[in-house]
Amino acid sequence: MNFPAKVLIAVVVAVPLLAAKTWYEERGMTPVAKAPSAAAGVADAHPDAGVAAAPAKPSGPLVFTPPQESELPDNAFGVLVREGRDIFVNTQKNAADYVGNGLNCTNCHLDQGRKAGSAPLWGAYGMYPAYRKKNNKVNTFAERMQGCFEFSMNGKAPASDSHVIKALSTYAYWLATTAPVGVDLPGRLYPVIPAPEKGYDLVKGKQIYADQCSICHGAEGQGQKSADTYVFPPLWGKDSYNWGAGMHRINTAAGFIKQNMPLGKGGSLTDAQAWDVAAYINSQERPQDPRLVDNSVEKTRKKYHEGDGVNLYGESVNGVILGQGIK
Amino acid sequence: MSLATRVRLKTSVSACVFMLATAANADPQGQKIYTQGGESPLAMACTTCHGANGLGTDSAGFPRLAGLPQGYLVKQLEDFGSGKRANAVMQPIASALSESEEQAVASYLSTMAVPAPAVDLAATGSVGGAAEKLVKQGDWSRNIPACVACHGVSDTGVGQSFPPLLGQSATYIAAQLNAWRSGTRKNDPNDLMGHIARSLTDAEIKDLSTYFASLSGGAKQ
Repeated sequence: MNFPAKVLIAVVVAVPLLAAKTWYEERGMTPVAKAPSAAAGVADAHPDAGVAAAPAKPSGPLVFTPPQESELPDNAFGVLVREGRDIFVNTQKNAADYVGNGLNCTNCHLDQGRKAGSAPLWGAYGMYPAYRKKNNKVNTFAERMQGCFEFSMNGKAPASDSHVIKALSTYAYWLATTAPVGVDLPGRLYPVIPAPEKGYDLVKGKQIYADQCSICHGAEGQGQKSADTYVFPPLWGKDSYNWGAGMHRINTAAGFIKQNMPLGKGGSLTDAQAWDVAAYINSQERPQDPRLVDNSVEKTRKKYHEGDGVNLYGESVNGVILGQGIK
Repeated sequence: MSLATRVRLKTSVSACVFMLATAANADPQGQKIYTQGGESPLAMACTTCHGANGLGTDSAGFPRLAGLPQGYLVKQLEDFGSGKRANAVMQPIASALSESEEQAVASYLSTMAVPAPAVDLAATGSVGGAAEKLVKQGDWSRNIPACVACHGVSDTGVGQSFPPLLGQSATYIAAQLNAWRSGTRKNDPNDLMGHIARSLTDAEIKDLSTYFASLSGGAKQ
């Protein structure tokens, strides 16, 4: 590599990082390294708000740190935050009326909705109300969560003034304490993983699934239970997210997988592997898109799935049209 | 009758039903191997170290085997035999068991009754100390998932690959975590346990093993 190119790369890498650092510091926020050194003890692994942990790499990505439970006030607000957390972590039990599959919020939003790069609640809260192409209107945060229940949880939306939505909103608000409003914080959503140049490969995806995923999620994506409760979430089939959920997009699932899977070993798959396995998982049948138009997969595909990222709804895979739904 | 008493009564009734049901299904060949040993004289009776009830011997660090997943037990026996899981005591015993004997004794053990757990490891609710936090929530700043995220909250483990942690002694849990960490035990699929253990500190291993032992301490008496 010649010298000017090196300088250019150094500038391209350093300038946004410095800009982000300055931005945080000006606003009195707490940038901490995304991955503190493995040697860090428990004591400094969860710094109190306002105390920055030593970054593992000086140039590491900067992420927002949500507050700790120990900082919760001992009052009605604290109680509601905890109730929201308990719904988020065990949605099966604590919001059973609104859940139609075997998932919990925290299956996709890891670490109780706190983990950067895993669509953390602190990243989402300050971004609403916002216009969403998905339903072509401005959505409040409550409406956004109602969408989760309808699609990702394959259930029905709790009313916006229901206890479930109130508790979840309060929990998200608390996690976003001191976060700015209307700012696309680093670590929000899942990372965008570039698609493989030659497209994804379902055959390779099947092999990656068998080697790395099936031990937890089961050979048929059915998940695994212990004492009648899912420990490992089902990835397809009747108990998984439906064809209208964001995770059915291969690009979205690739981002989640690359960042977070296998559990605790995020970043271990290559970009192409993440895409291949995401495509394999999303080439399996799952509950119907509740927006089904005139009982027609093709009409539904045209109206809602065409142009919605990369997805296989209504497409033919191995001679079978996907999107038939499964009950 | 208080709610707590009712729940306890219900639990013990279902435990009895469970024991009756499993006793009827118990693998007779497996039971014989467990109590008297295998065909080969080198395949000593398991009960000598792991106890008549299969709950292990805490002081010596011999683990509980009762109620563990059959697939997990067979894999461990295979790995002891091949040396993939290094253990001077188990190596000759596992080597002396035939494949069908391994299956039989694992089948017997997997149906063996264990005392009902008196704890709720569910990830909801507030956590007390650092060990409880690791168990129920993990520490994602170091990519450590909660123990219960894979091992589950029950005392039977999850599927055929994830053994229960409840009911194991502090000695055994600490020994295994240290073995995973130092690399002397590495028979886990895809380094799933190894990479977690390597992120734990000495103090955390001590805390975790004490915590688990405290949950099941009373159950064996």
